Amino acid sequence: MSETMLSKRVIPCLDVEDGRVVKGTRFVEVRDAGDPIALASRYDREGADELVFLDITASVERRRTVVDLARRVAETLSIPFCVGGGIGSVDLAAAILRAGADKVAVNTAAVRRPALLAEIAARAGSQAAVLAIDARRREGGGYEVVVEGGRTVTGLDAIEWARRGVAAGAGEILLTSIDRDGTRDGFDLELTARVADAVRVPVIASGGAGNASHFVDLFATTGSDAGLAASIFHSGEVVVADLKLALASRGVRVRPSAEAA
Amino acid sequence: MIAIVDYGVGNLASLDAALRRAGAGDVVITRSHVDILAAKAVVLPGVGRFGHCASELRRLGLDVMVRVARERGIPLLGLCVGMQLFFDESEEDPGTPGLGLCRGRVRRLHGDVRVPHTGWNQVRIVRTHPWLAGVPDEAYFYFVHSYAAQPADEGAIVATVDHGGAVVAAVGSDRVLGLQFHPEKSGAMGTSVLRSFVRATAA
Repeated sequence: MSETMLSKRVIPCLDVEDGRVVKGTRFVEVRDAGDPIALASRYDREGADELVFLDITASVERRRTVVDLARRVAETLSIPFCVGGGIGSVDLAAAILRAGADKVAVNTAAVRRPALLAEIAARAGSQAAVLAIDARRREGGGYEVVVEGGRTVTGLDAIEWARRGVAAGAGEILLTSIDRDGTRDGFDLELTARVADAVRVPVIASGGAGNASHFVDLFATTGSDAGLAASIFHSGEVVVADLKLALASRGVRVRPSAEAA
Repeated sequence: MIAIVDYGVGNLASLDAALRRAGAGDVVITRSHVDILAAKAVVLPGVGRFGHCASELRRLGLDVMVRVARERGIPLLGLCVGMQLFFDESEEDPGTPGLGLCRGRVRRLHGDVRVPHTGWNQVRIVRTHPWLAGVPDEAYFYFVHSYAAQPADEGAIVATVDHGGAVVAAVGSDRVLGLQFHPEKSGAMGTSVLRSFVRATAA
């Protein structure tokens, strides 16, 4: 895809439980490393293009805490953000969006009931409906969709599921390679390229980012629009502003972080 | 007081927060006709389908209020589909007319590009507008849309963006501005646009 000045996006992901960031951070200047708002503001200042909050709260308080999180983030942040994790109903999705989130990501619930995507799109527009796909390489070739953090195999073909999800109303795909997740070996470029070629909506690649070169490779070899990572940003090993400079120096169009300062 | 028109559509919480960050002291999210006509400025948000937005606005009688606000010279800011509603109609839902404040129609994005046009893109200012004063040429703003305005009068175009060819990013005239992008989600640059708007309405 060409003919656009649209820049590639860098997206830090924050795992949140009971309103607190888990897999904490080592930023000395963030006084409360478990505070999602403090961490989000830091990424905003560094030039992050967007944020994803993955809520992993298991308690009965979950609905209240996730809506409250969206409200607090929207009060502070001036960049877009998406909330995902266990969203199973259009009512919860709508409550999160009303609180100020720009998008919601649905995963397992969409596999069980694809109409959920259409319902969210009808209520809030397809730009707010993100289909999160966790994909794993198949023994005999191809990729299959897994759910529940990779514990359950669905038998769905990942590329076909991406197509169907877009037809149902998804305005964006958040694609995670379960094989690469946590490895820091780089994004699964083949998986990402195949999904990006199969759909016209933007694709966010996730899983495996370990350094700036991995992002350069992602944008040089696939049609994805954005790269997402968590631990490398939280640990401070990769700073968003430096990553943007590295991408720009390799000819990738990015929004300079100075603009966000 | 700045009135954000509440017709059940759009990220109103974020818009409210962004206007306050930009220095607005008094912001109300409202569907009250009285509030809208008493406001020093009106913001018309919008996301999702054009037809749904237009018919909801009309069902609540707010289309008339926005038109009256415009006629009285109350500063009017339209955002995303709120800006598209300024026009006569959209290819997205041809049977549902817009507000007709600007002549022209809204058409699907075309070309070999991803749709929706999602993310940060560089805006080219083609005509000065007081609320965009201070925005450098080719500044980045956050977009998310599948349709774009085509004004009948090209002189109404204030800014463009490149996505499958030149796409209208801003239209306007004195005391009216429609932005295809989301200033409330566009970091410091977006806040600076909202600050100009807030200042203009305080004057």
